[in-house]
Amino acid sequence: MAAYLEMMRIRFLAMLAYRVNYYSGVVIYVVYIGSYYFIWQAVYAGRAALGGLTAAQMTTYLAVAWMSRAFWFNNLDREISNEIRDGTVAVQFIRPYNYLVAKLAGALGEGLFRLAFFAAPGLAAAALVFPVRFPSDARLWVVFAAATLLAFAVNSLFNVIAGLVAFFTLNNTGILHTKRVLVDLFSGLFLPLGFYPAWAQDAPRWLPFQAISYLPSLVFTGALRGPELWRALAVQAFWIAVLAVAAAWLWRRAGRRLVVQGG
Amino acid sequence: MAIIEARQLTKEFRKFKSRPGLAGAFRDLFTRRYETVRAVDAIDLTVEPGEVVGYIGPNGAGKSTTIKMLTGILVPTAGHLLVNGCVPHRERERFVRTIGVVFGQRSQLWWDIAVRESFRLLQRIYGVPDAEYRRRLDELAGVLELGDLLDVPVRKLSLGQRMRCELAAALLHGPSLLFLDEPTIGLDVVVKLRIRDFLREINARHGTTILLTTHDLADIEALCPRVVILDRGRILYDGALDAIRRDGQGLEEVVRAIYQGEAVGGGAGAGPGGRRVPELGGGRAAEGGSAVEPEGGRQYGAGGAG
Ligand SMILES: Nc1ncnc2c1ncn2[C@@H]1O[C@H](COP(=O)(O)OP(=O)(O)OP(=O)(O)O)[C@@H](O)[C@H]1O
Ligand SMILES: [Mg+2]
Repeated sequence: MAAYLEMMRIRFLAMLAYRVNYYSGVVIYVVYIGSYYFIWQAVYAGRAALGGLTAAQMTTYLAVAWMSRAFWFNNLDREISNEIRDGTVAVQFIRPYNYLVAKLAGALGEGLFRLAFFAAPGLAAAALVFPVRFPSDARLWVVFAAATLLAFAVNSLFNVIAGLVAFFTLNNTGILHTKRVLVDLFSGLFLPLGFYPAWAQDAPRWLPFQAISYLPSLVFTGALRGPELWRALAVQAFWIAVLAVAAAWLWRRAGRRLVVQGG
Repeated sequence: MAIIEARQLTKEFRKFKSRPGLAGAFRDLFTRRYETVRAVDAIDLTVEPGEVVGYIGPNGAGKSTTIKMLTGILVPTAGHLLVNGCVPHRERERFVRTIGVVFGQRSQLWWDIAVRESFRLLQRIYGVPDAEYRRRLDELAGVLELGDLLDVPVRKLSLGQRMRCELAAALLHGPSLLFLDEPTIGLDVVVKLRIRDFLREINARHGTTILLTTHDLADIEALCPRVVILDRGRILYDGALDAIRRDGQGLEEVVRAIYQGEAVGGGAGAGPGGRRVPELGGGRAAEGGSAVEPEGGRQYGAGGAG
């Protein structure tokens, strides 16, 4: 356990060396949010609510969805399939820890770095420019923090699975691209799921992607109330359990087939 | 009890064989043809605690593959294997605490952080108590002269500097068994000498067992009373280094002749230690457990000073 915490800390420290690169990223994200903001202003055109969100909630949704992406997003899929492919994984096998847990811990360290140096200042910057409404209820902040952490777990486990599958099917780019498109489309990052036509809403609701962005961002806007909040967390927890079992199963099979390359 | 005990240890790789041309590629889609390569072919190997064994052979002989099995990275295709009392790949997490590994071709330090931070991370990973960690780090940093390197990020180190750090990293948790796969590759003479001195010293001081592969026979002469020669996955010779020496010939020539298929021990002066012998000849038994002869040490030490 101490080992995994230390891996997290080290990754955070390693990222500090690159923090300057991130300042320009904040500006880019604010510009993103701005362009979506103006599009949505036109779409709402004076209407009170669309897809279950008011225009003000929509602005908040956009800002928080993009900024929390900085926390849950990572490249574990590519890292894992590359490390297996080029044999770097050999070095990980001589360490007394579980490779996947170590990777997850590192990714969390990176996520926390981006939360501190990117998402938090970014959200503050966005709030200066656009009418973002922060929750006034302290409980909502706590639920949102929990939901964001769970979102990280869902997305990272997804990446682990995609990385392993990509390696074993020898189809790196295809699998990783498909995963990327699915996450972008169904996580609610670009379009809250409530805006999909009724017939298209059902599918995403049965898929794990909503647990990555849609649910935590909804929590933040205050659009979910009482038991709905707990249901959102439960949906996320459910998917984490399912994905964790799948990842562990794949990894066990991988161990038997793994051929460490090179050297 | 032996620290490494391998019986009929075998590793086969299945290689995908592609057919030539477009039509071939199309047929490959439906029926894949595989070719089996026996990288390690039923070898028997026993190493006693405290030994320093040179594991040599031409490119592609199967040295790295053997080391990967011995360290639990690869699962053997067949055979029995017991290292430090464990079946490496089966009890991996417990087993790897007892060994140290250095791959000359691959870094195991964290690229972006200072060497010292990498070491501290290893301390936590292996759960080394603070006092013990400080004592070991002092010792390793002293002998390997790491002083100024500790605060430099790994990506800024030269190959030789990095390799010294890699060695320290492999030993921070005090393993009783050290595997080195081409630890001196690409290093200049001075660094090579320092690393040889260092390995001799930890072997003498802590009785650390060492199995090392190299293409530099001077490494072998300086360090290994016993050599195992491998070619195409089979052991050609296992015994005392002295037993294959011949009057008037350098080790280089002798080993080249063996790689080229000449029978081992055919030359004048070859003792009874030779041939491929699972039972192991007198050469090894006589040498067993002892460190390297001091003459070798002085010879190379003097070279380093000059
Ligand atoms: N992952 C792999 N897949 C298929 N074949 C492999 C794999 N790894 C090694 N081999 C084959 O196994 C044989 C032994 O390789 P190995 O790397 O063990 O040789 P080596 O003795 O370490 O050589 P070198 O001195 O060049 O490092 C070679 O024929 C190699 O092509
Ligand atoms: Mg090799």
